[in-house]
Amino acid sequence: MSTVLPAGPGSLQSNPRLDQWLHFSGDGFVDVLSGKVEIGQGILSALAQIVADELDLPIDRLRMMAANTELSPNEGVTSGSLSIQDSGSALRHACALARAHYLEAAALRLGVPATTLRIDSGNIIAEDGRQTSYWSLVEAGLADLAVTGSYPVKSAADYRWVGRSVPRTDLPERIFGQPCFIHDLELPKMVHGRILRPPSPSATLSSIDVEEARASAGVIKVVRDGSLVGVLADSARNADSAVVKLARHAHWHETESLPDENTLASWLKSQSADSRVVEVKSIADGSSAPEVDRTVRANYSRPFIAHASIAPSCALGRIDGDRLEIWSHSQGIFNLRKDLALALAMEERQIVVRHVAGAGCYGHNGADDVAFDAAWLARAAAGRPVRVQWSRADELAWAPLGPAMAIALEADLDDTGAVVGWRHEVWSNGHSTRPGRAATPALLGSWHQAQAFVPLLAVNVPAAAGGGAERNAIPLYAFPSWQVNNHRVLAMPLRTSALRSLGACANVFAIESFIDELAHATGADPIEFRLRYLHDRRGRAVLDRVVEMSGWRAWHGREGVGHGLGFARYKNSGAYCAVVAEIEVEREVRVSRLVISADVGLVINPDGVANQLEGGAIQATSWTLKEAVRFDRKRVTSDNWESYPILRFSEIPAVLIDLVPSTEASVGAGEASLGPTAAAIANALFDALGVRMRDLPLTAERIAALLLAAN
Amino acid sequence: MARFNFVVNGAQHAFDGDGNTSLLEVLRDTLKLKGSRFGCGANQCGACFVLIDGAVVASCDTPLWAVDNKSVTTVEGLGRPDSPHPLQAAFLAEQAAQCGYCSSGMLIAAAGLLARCPTPTEAEVRAALERNLCRCGSHNRVIRAVLRASGQAR
Repeated sequence: MSTVLPAGPGSLQSNPRLDQWLHFSGDGFVDVLSGKVEIGQGILSALAQIVADELDLPIDRLRMMAANTELSPNEGVTSGSLSIQDSGSALRHACALARAHYLEAAALRLGVPATTLRIDSGNIIAEDGRQTSYWSLVEAGLADLAVTGSYPVKSAADYRWVGRSVPRTDLPERIFGQPCFIHDLELPKMVHGRILRPPSPSATLSSIDVEEARASAGVIKVVRDGSLVGVLADSARNADSAVVKLARHAHWHETESLPDENTLASWLKSQSADSRVVEVKSIADGSSAPEVDRTVRANYSRPFIAHASIAPSCALGRIDGDRLEIWSHSQGIFNLRKDLALALAMEERQIVVRHVAGAGCYGHNGADDVAFDAAWLARAAAGRPVRVQWSRADELAWAPLGPAMAIALEADLDDTGAVVGWRHEVWSNGHSTRPGRAATPALLGSWHQAQAFVPLLAVNVPAAAGGGAERNAIPLYAFPSWQVNNHRVLAMPLRTSALRSLGACANVFAIESFIDELAHATGADPIEFRLRYLHDRRGRAVLDRVVEMSGWRAWHGREGVGHGLGFARYKNSGAYCAVVAEIEVEREVRVSRLVISADVGLVINPDGVANQLEGGAIQATSWTLKEAVRFDRKRVTSDNWESYPILRFSEIPAVLIDLVPSTEASVGAGEASLGPTAAAIANALFDALGVRMRDLPLTAERIAALLLAAN
Repeated sequence: MARFNFVVNGAQHAFDGDGNTSLLEVLRDTLKLKGSRFGCGANQCGACFVLIDGAVVASCDTPLWAVDNKSVTTVEGLGRPDSPHPLQAAFLAEQAAQCGYCSSGMLIAAAGLLARCPTPTEAEVRAALERNLCRCGSHNRVIRAVLRASGQAR
């Protein structure tokens, strides 16, 4: 049984040579080169399962190589829940070709037709028992073969590894505390670098006396270029201590460049914007204009949100002659290389970026910025490698933030309560300032040099890639007409970029809250109301399953206890996910249980998918209940874990996950559950208290204010 | 300069230097024990937890003078791949991590709990891990792993 897939994915078009993906080592192993990187999501383990099946190899014969710009295929950025689609699909085709190629070579050597051969653990065996192997045929050569997608891949019935909860290959080193993170990497003669970051986003350095820092213990050098100041020292501690001394003698020019954190939604709506129509759906030809009985309106918002990874960003850099080596936990090592070349006036071919795992990555964080810091300081380090690690405060205040958003929804209802018109407007900064996509670098330090590059204004990724602020703004419900508009706010006082699910979380929060409001306003059951307009079979299935699994119909609510539902198909083209949240409210909202049903197509690793869905739901619970970047008119003030609290163990809900069995194309799972979770919690809060919270986060103070107003 | 004597994972060490140096820096940069992770430097996240004479302590803001003549256990001291601590075996069995950066501190906090309370309730597990932050959302797996290690599968 085999299946021929259509032409390969984009990853193959730009990296067509087989040896860009697979190396058959003489020692009985296969080195697998993916351009996607491990960011805590277990992707390399999942890709190994795909390769093991296509090559008929045990998984322990595979070596998943960390990506680097010298050897790996350029697969862009590891983002958007696309790795299984892009890299998994490309590797599938590459393996199919390699397998066919080796079968032909083995047929020649053994003098039998290829169709009579079978492969077991890399041994290619004839019917009469004679055999050869991938490794005995290494000289058959793979380099010149182009992967076209025309060789048959395995069908689902023949999978041995795909579909199983194979344990992650990279967890043991983490559980035994072995060196495995970029933070643990030491190079010979390494020195420690630190950057003195400005106190506020708009600050410029008026003057600085560096003498005390220069004379400080262990300091090798103090470097300044405009408002960018750094130090090299013989130890991390001495570098930290020197930065404190630099800060003491630095005079900054600061302005009140930030908006009022308490009125962000009205600030967003009052700014000049690049306004675009995302989609208009007109009434079908021949239909008469609907009679509008009434129009319901509601406004929703979310604040700026921090990535808040547990590890601060870290990088190592070394300059050897005219060659720069960078070790980085960037999501996009090729794009980082491009921007480093721009920022440092080098050629890309002079730069090698090697990926080393960092802590969990949820979007465009400080990884690329700290790589620039290391490269810039390496220039002053006379060939010695420089390790730079950000402070917790810099991580929370200087890494790009998930943008604040304001969303206005309107629905026209006819006299039966049916939705006959729908309007959705989004105001937000763009959701990407990722490196590698502009004419100037997206690297923080390069914006502070004397000959500074201009800070990049955030843009939205194209609709074909799922869009940015407008991601998931087009309704999944079959309303007869709609208009969706996106206003990209052009003032960017706080630096924004891609954070897990981009605009989808807030848009789904708004849409699914509004759907509940409409159901309530028309006296309809919220599930029935959704099913009336949701015609997609797979969408209906996750909704039905989550209702069934959560015992929705048998629910007995009482004062202060509620349940709510949220649903979305991520990017309108990816994973389907429905979430039921059960909450209790005393002073604060406490989520007691989340029940999640998802359809991610063919599941490569059920436990991995469950881990991603649950992780996304818990992160969304944290965003929804607690998180907001805090600032005054000059500075970000939430720069530690007390001023930027995230969900703790005592607040973690029980989570029940259901995966819909499917043979549809695999899609990513890491971002599907966030929006539905946020909406489900807000809807549960309405169920519990009868008040509608439309501004995130749902803090005790805001609930108290709403209750007071309602009474 | 002074000399500080302390035990790390059963081995005696002497360190000559500034007593205000953080224990985490000595563990990571001098002894090359990279298992204790830096997260915040302010005892707010738990990534750097170690046991000092059995107590769960943040090594990032513990000065070296405070461990003079004391015994330190890091995650490397709990167990090794060929002889895992029950907690490490349970974390692997439950696949109780995503990025794994917070795992060391959680293993230490859980080891401290099981040493004083061998069969904790789920609530006691949550309370013992309250100072450990995880951003990936692996909390429920960690709770299951600790209960599994204590012989109580949830």
